Amino acid sequence: MSEAAAAKQPINPVEPFLRADRMPHIWCPGCGIGTTVNCFARALVESKLPLDKVVVVSGIGCTGRVAGYMRLDSFHTTHGRAIPFATGLKLADPNLTVVVYSGDGDLIAIGGNHFIHAARRNVDLKVICVNNFIYGMTGGQVGPTTPVGALATTSPYGCFERPFNLPYLAESSGAVYVARWTAFHVRHVARSMVEVFNKKGFCFIEIIAPCPTLYQRRNRLGDGLDTMRYYKQKSVIKNGASTKDLELSLQGEIIVGKFVDVERPTLKQTMDLQLQQALGSRYAGWGGR
Amino acid sequence: MTEAPAAPQPTRKFRGRVYIDWNRCKGCGFCVEFCPPKVLAFTGWYNDHGYHPPQLIREDGCTGCDLCGLYCPDFAIFAVRERVAVEPGKGGESEG
Amino acid sequence: MKVEAKAVLTGTHFLDGDQACCEGALAAGANFAAGYPITPSTEIVERFASRIPTVGGLFLQMEDELASSIAILGAAWAGAKAFTVTSGPGFSLMMEHIGYAAMTETPCVFVDVQRGGPSTGLPTLPGQGDMMQARWGSHGDYEIIALCPNSPQECFDLMIDAFNLSEQYRTPVMFMMDECVGHMTEKVVIPAADDIKIFPRRYTSLPPGEYQPFRPGPDAIPEMVKAGEGYRIHVTGLTHDEQGYPAMDWRSQGKLVKRLVEKLRRNAGNIVRYEERNAEDAEVIVVAYGITSRVALRALQMAREEGIKAGLHRPIVVWPFPEQRIRELAERVKAFVVVEMNYGQMVYEVERCAAERARALLVPHGGGTVHEPEEILEAIREAAR
Repeated sequence: MSEAAAAKQPINPVEPFLRADRMPHIWCPGCGIGTTVNCFARALVESKLPLDKVVVVSGIGCTGRVAGYMRLDSFHTTHGRAIPFATGLKLADPNLTVVVYSGDGDLIAIGGNHFIHAARRNVDLKVICVNNFIYGMTGGQVGPTTPVGALATTSPYGCFERPFNLPYLAESSGAVYVARWTAFHVRHVARSMVEVFNKKGFCFIEIIAPCPTLYQRRNRLGDGLDTMRYYKQKSVIKNGASTKDLELSLQGEIIVGKFVDVERPTLKQTMDLQLQQALGSRYAGWGGR
Repeated sequence: MTEAPAAPQPTRKFRGRVYIDWNRCKGCGFCVEFCPPKVLAFTGWYNDHGYHPPQLIREDGCTGCDLCGLYCPDFAIFAVRERVAVEPGKGGESEG
Repeated sequence: MKVEAKAVLTGTHFLDGDQACCEGALAAGANFAAGYPITPSTEIVERFASRIPTVGGLFLQMEDELASSIAILGAAWAGAKAFTVTSGPGFSLMMEHIGYAAMTETPCVFVDVQRGGPSTGLPTLPGQGDMMQARWGSHGDYEIIALCPNSPQECFDLMIDAFNLSEQYRTPVMFMMDECVGHMTEKVVIPAADDIKIFPRRYTSLPPGEYQPFRPGPDAIPEMVKAGEGYRIHVTGLTHDEQGYPAMDWRSQGKLVKRLVEKLRRNAGNIVRYEERNAEDAEVIVVAYGITSRVALRALQMAREEGIKAGLHRPIVVWPFPEQRIRELAERVKAFVVVEMNYGQMVYEVERCAAERARALLVPHGGGTVHEPEEILEAIREAAR
């Protein structure tokens, strides 16, 4: 191809968002995380957010590596603590759009306490949880969303714990936007992301994705493509369904959709309102010195 | 980035053009599977990492919907919709 | 940098250490605190919660110390001047994030109002058992700065210094109070705002693309930046290069850890601070810090009355430890008497620096109350023998 032709070649829409000097990434063939990143990039473009003000905060794990690959202000924090770090960031600079991008184990097991409190307070965070039912980075241990009966290295005879129903957990903790999709539902994922970028409050998007190397392989569920076919085949879109009915089982039906989209004052708003009422004109708000 | 190997010149202009970075591909097959007009297939060639990247098998069949780009976990493929004289332009890639 | 006038309560006050600590933070320009209630530190954030809304800033009580200790780091990276407060059990919980702050070189202050330990211990009574933990509590190699006030006035003054040091060296700073200093009420003089010297955050003037968040300046300290300014920084706790990208190989590890450690070791001479009394002719030096140094003064008075030439060396900056000074003193004194409200922590530093040129006698205490001057005097007599 001539140089002139190469120069006029269009670039991948995700490319401006990637730290090209850190490619290729570490995710396995058929891993769904990269797919969600495509959706994220396109959602950012479509929502026209000022990119200098978008911050990605992640925890530890495979999904946690997203922060390191995004060419945005990004913070790779400690295991489970992306949400409180993001809370500090958002409160100290309300002009930032703060996205928490992490995995099921990081956000919900070790990070579970922070998750429910941030949802309770309705901190203005956009939480993207890639749920692959396993602790991938560390070799395939059982996690809080692993379905009953699934094999993992720390439950080698099959998981015997009831998993969390994440949309239910999010809604009952107070999230104002709750959706679940799979990595197959790329357009829905991108659309949900656009919706949360335009929304204030604790927003939660669960994206079920394959972990072909560990979860799928250990449970003899094929590779990434087989898993995507399973998502396509067994998922049912039920927008507005009750989050109580969204429990998952091993290779069972997956109910996806947007379940909660309500308005509620954010933490900053309730804080300001309360302090305004109590202090009147003496309330200085956020000095931001 | 390189395009698929040169194919015979089409007799019609295509509505979409796909761009493939062969060496990023890890052969997961998402793009091949989920391309709506089914115009992608694995090549027999190996890239530098030992995977079979895809190629466009029907040059006039790509609609430019960019689902391949949305699915690809390795950022190895994307498609753009090209304006064709007979088709009114429909706008951005996120539609379709 | 001048602080908002109402943040600084200029005048003479009657405050306890906790309250003075809060005022010190406000006077230093702190505008963000996150914390979790734990005796005997809670009053610091209670006061801050009540003061900060009219000053400008906010306090959020987090769900636990893990959240508090990292919320302040997030706030710092968004440009806030942030601190948290806790006591022993909470200090233990915060260790991971103290390490994360050291690794990411985040300026912030951690206040530990020490109480009797270990474990739940004596929530309402003093201890000094966290001194080594302040230095070594988090895993891995890092250096730390720790200050130790011995009066409410110092709780005020040294808090300002703590923030200044954190900004100057781009490091977390430990503020090691104890329950006694925290709950004793004394005169605290707060100067005019203009008389308070604030070390401003060392924001870079380099444009995005040129600035690297972990590239040291000539003094081994990198310049700072905040999120939202277009720098597109990446900050990680993984071993990283100057750009902040993970670089997990042994060479990068050596380079990074060396720089983090050298950053403070090389500058230790400028950071170390201590107070001495009657040390010029002393044959015995009492080493004490925090509330214990106040009790030691009485013992020293009694010792001088008995004709023993005894003096006090009080580390104000406990970490980096005043190694050079202790070595100097070791050359000419018979012995050190190290008095601490624990079963031996800083004494090992004294021993190490004295290197057997002078003995170091420990006067330990389990905590819960202060030493009796007599026990210290007994040790001074023993040391003078």
